[in-house]
Amino acid sequence: MNREKRNRLIVIWVGVAAVYLAVLICELTLRPTAMLLTVLKKGAIYSLVAVSMNLLNGFTGLFSLGQAGFMLIGAYTYAILTMPSEVKTSQSVYKYYECFITFDTGVFAGLLAAGLIAALFAFLIGWPVLRLKSDYLAIATLGFAEIIRAICQWDVLGPVTNGANLLRSYIDLTRVIIPFTDIPFPPTLFVFIVSGVCILLIVLLINSSYGRAFKAIRDDETAAEAMGINLFRHKELSFVISSFFAGVSGALLAMFQYTVQAQQFKTMMTYEILLIVVIGGIGSISGSCIASFLYITLSEWWLRGLDMGTFLGINAPGIFRSGFRKLVFSLIIMVIVLFFSRGIMGDKELSLTRMRLAFRRASSRLRKEAHS
Amino acid sequence: MAGFFHDNLSYFLSGISVGGQYALIAIGYTMVYGILRLINFAHGDVFMCAGLVMVYFSSSFPFTISIPLVIIATVLLGFFIERVAYRPLRSAPRMSVMISAIGVSYLLQNAALYFTGGLAKVYPSIPFLSDTVVIWDATTKMVTLVTPFLTIALVIVLTLLIKHTKTGMAMRAVSRDFETSQLMGIKINSVISMTFVIGSLLAAVASLLYFTNYASVTPTSGSMPGLKAFVAAVFGGIGSIPGAVIGGFIIGICENIIRGGSSIFNIPGTGWTTFSDAFTFAFLIVILVVKPTGLFGEKAVDKV
Amino acid sequence: MKRILLMVLVVLAVLLPLSAGGSGEKENTVRIGVFEPASGDNGAGGKQETLGIQYAQSLTPTVDINGTTYNVELVLADNESSNDRAATAASMLVNEDVSVVLGSYGSAVSIAGSDIFRAAGVPVIGVTCTNPQITEGNTHYFRICFLDPFQGTVLADYAYNTLGARTAYCLAKLGDDYSSGLVNYFVEEFERLGGKCIMETFPDGNSDFTSYIANARNSGAEVFFSPTSTEAAQLIIDQSSSQGLPIPILAGDTWDSNVILQAAKGKDVDITVTTFYPEGADPEFDNGFKAWVNAEPARLANNGGDDTVAAVTAMGFDAYNFALQAIRNAGSSDPADVMAAIWDTEIDGVTGHIALEPVNGDAIRNTVYVKHCNTETGAWDALPAVVVGE
Repeated sequence: MNREKRNRLIVIWVGVAAVYLAVLICELTLRPTAMLLTVLKKGAIYSLVAVSMNLLNGFTGLFSLGQAGFMLIGAYTYAILTMPSEVKTSQSVYKYYECFITFDTGVFAGLLAAGLIAALFAFLIGWPVLRLKSDYLAIATLGFAEIIRAICQWDVLGPVTNGANLLRSYIDLTRVIIPFTDIPFPPTLFVFIVSGVCILLIVLLINSSYGRAFKAIRDDETAAEAMGINLFRHKELSFVISSFFAGVSGALLAMFQYTVQAQQFKTMMTYEILLIVVIGGIGSISGSCIASFLYITLSEWWLRGLDMGTFLGINAPGIFRSGFRKLVFSLIIMVIVLFFSRGIMGDKELSLTRMRLAFRRASSRLRKEAHS
Repeated sequence: MAGFFHDNLSYFLSGISVGGQYALIAIGYTMVYGILRLINFAHGDVFMCAGLVMVYFSSSFPFTISIPLVIIATVLLGFFIERVAYRPLRSAPRMSVMISAIGVSYLLQNAALYFTGGLAKVYPSIPFLSDTVVIWDATTKMVTLVTPFLTIALVIVLTLLIKHTKTGMAMRAVSRDFETSQLMGIKINSVISMTFVIGSLLAAVASLLYFTNYASVTPTSGSMPGLKAFVAAVFGGIGSIPGAVIGGFIIGICENIIRGGSSIFNIPGTGWTTFSDAFTFAFLIVILVVKPTGLFGEKAVDKV
Repeated sequence: MKRILLMVLVVLAVLLPLSAGGSGEKENTVRIGVFEPASGDNGAGGKQETLGIQYAQSLTPTVDINGTTYNVELVLADNESSNDRAATAASMLVNEDVSVVLGSYGSAVSIAGSDIFRAAGVPVIGVTCTNPQITEGNTHYFRICFLDPFQGTVLADYAYNTLGARTAYCLAKLGDDYSSGLVNYFVEEFERLGGKCIMETFPDGNSDFTSYIANARNSGAEVFFSPTSTEAAQLIIDQSSSQGLPIPILAGDTWDSNVILQAAKGKDVDITVTTFYPEGADPEFDNGFKAWVNAEPARLANNGGDDTVAAVTAMGFDAYNFALQAIRNAGSSDPADVMAAIWDTEIDGVTGHIALEPVNGDAIRNTVYVKHCNTETGAWDALPAVVVGE
């Protein structure tokens, strides 16, 4: 048993190392503007936020729709903290306000603070909201995300948030350097490392006794309470931790985009993340990651042709015009929601044994069909 | 006091009119929630689609034909959505149905984006409704005056329908106890279809009134009114039709008073308008925390 | 049913990566990126600007570099008038190996996409984005139109001196750099002249302007200044007409669009805008463009349903020719060479002589055209142009 477990761990680590090596090789060989790298970066960022949402929705059974709000807090905290102080005091970004925050921090402090501030907000919001049940919780968290967006755009807070205007000139992905050197950090690898570490922490949490308590709450609240699990404390814990990682992913998104503005963190963004979680399978970490990469790759890259007039070699500008990609995409999503509601992975995780089994089953079926 | 009302009449008028429109949308939410326990996220987008359909129909038909056609098309859309996206998931967990509703909302918005090319469509001005009137020195459109009366008339008809017809009785039974009413021989599916038909019908009427006032339709113009109408339904006590109507009016009026805050209360500042949308949600959270059953809602008992 | 659907999904998943294999390098082709919104708030204007660029390309489809003739190919990317999509659209253009990028209509998306072009070393020529932040402190973003501090000053002077207003009501869209920037410069100048301003903002997606209009009226303002997108403009015009707003409406270059004319036709409103180009200034261009637009229903639809010549179309036309001249001057289609050559490029365009100043790479312009909306005919009446510093 122990040996098997160790073997499995070794396989996982080798697999992960191979992925990182592949990313590094891509990074060093491809042009920095290559579409593959863009998709990998954004996919990794969405993986993190999808996994953090899955922690709430899939593992604790809390249907929360506040993800975009916490990403917004993370993105703003990061952008404001890491913007060099000479930029803040000059007129270039804070045009209509005197910037109130006159210091600046490094990348890692910024990322950490992004998570912490998001977690702090979650802690405060959690008090009133987490006592609500299922869909009331969903609509209340959605409401809070909207309120957070309004607060960030409020001009009284302009000296901190720059009002509703764009934040830029902070440390973006191209300006990250390897600590104690002045060699630039490969951007894609950086995103992968930050997201990877965060996802690893979530996996460790889920496999701990807290994680088991979360699952107990998800499966049956009343029974969990009878077993001596403090419902509110555990829900709050899950909510705060999930928001922490949503905040970090918001900060990564800000780094990736070069500029950030409260306007973009709308309800639609939360819906997108929710759909990623559903496509991957509610309750599956690896499912969320696979679905994120698939979703981003499809929407930003492979289905682009649907908008540009030519797709799969078919040239029909009348049909393949702006917006067709999203239409096809939402149809695919509806098919998945209606017919494959368990998503790609269900609530299982990716494992070699299961892949081997599935492969064997498929090949035996093929053989049988060939015989008959 | 009269002077105060006179000076600020235009805020109250637009509040009452938009409130009536929210109320009509909110009825659709509250009825569906009462029966299926589902927040029909797609309802606001059905409302938007009704507006778009009107833009296209009115360019080829006169209003006497296009208005009934729009109502029929919206009803069909609502019916079809329930049939395709919600009915197959009847036995699935509640969360999957809600996700399906979010998926439908995403689909409708993207479809609208594709067909309009992402541009705002100008809503036709319907004669009589878009005529200008002057009441007590405030200039406004006829629709502002028509809306509250039409809303209240429709609600009375609807209440009578629910109180005195067989379908209405079946609806009440289903919303009280889904399974028992099924055992008693009520055809659940037709009751649910009926709910969607009524909800979409009212949404179509609301879209006629709303877009006559705010004459442009975009793919996202349904989402905000939809969410606000939902808040109105929660405020009134979800499942209660009079509650939804009162909620709609209150939210519409409050929102406009906040927008006019700097002028009404004489407190300058640009912060007022920023919060007009956020206010609705803050209001929602306060209600949910203080009185989750809303004004007229019934207390739900969780069975173990 | 389920299995068939699954098969379809799997087949799609296999086919898609093959289709994304890129468009392939063609011999003797120069690519110019068009970074414009085709949907969203600014979709209408973005489409008209793109039409100008496409019309220019139809007239001059090739460019001679050092004696070799190259075909010019336009690569269109829709930034959806949204700052986060702008980043994606920009990286798509960069990935398509464009030599130079034109755009965008709308200042906010230009600022949002700017850093991606900077990181890739691709020069961008701003066509009608007027916010100063776009070109400030960088060497890759240029611009062929005038700037908001200039436009805002002209508008404030017009409101104060010509209209005789002493109190102005200013309405900006929250988080829109164009809108809030222009309001800011307007207010600065208007208050310097001795006027008083009331400023308000409306949130994204707002469609109820009645309260703002009531605020304007109750504040005793004598002019309503609202440099917004055309989408909001339609609503403002319609609602101020039905509310009987008695004061003139003043707006910037975005309102110079046939969308506004169609919305204002037959209504009781008084609209004045400032702009880059008045229809009729260059009859040859106007007539050529009208014929080209009328030749295809799709073009007509993109131009808003009629053949009015928008100022942004003329600017798009000039931007394309300016870019070609820069490529000729550079003697190469390499982005870095083009970037170096743009600084000293000059052309005589339909909107006037275009040359750039050497600090930020902004156009040297001193003329603002003023137009007044004729609500009976649904056309623009030209008012005397304002020339500053002569």
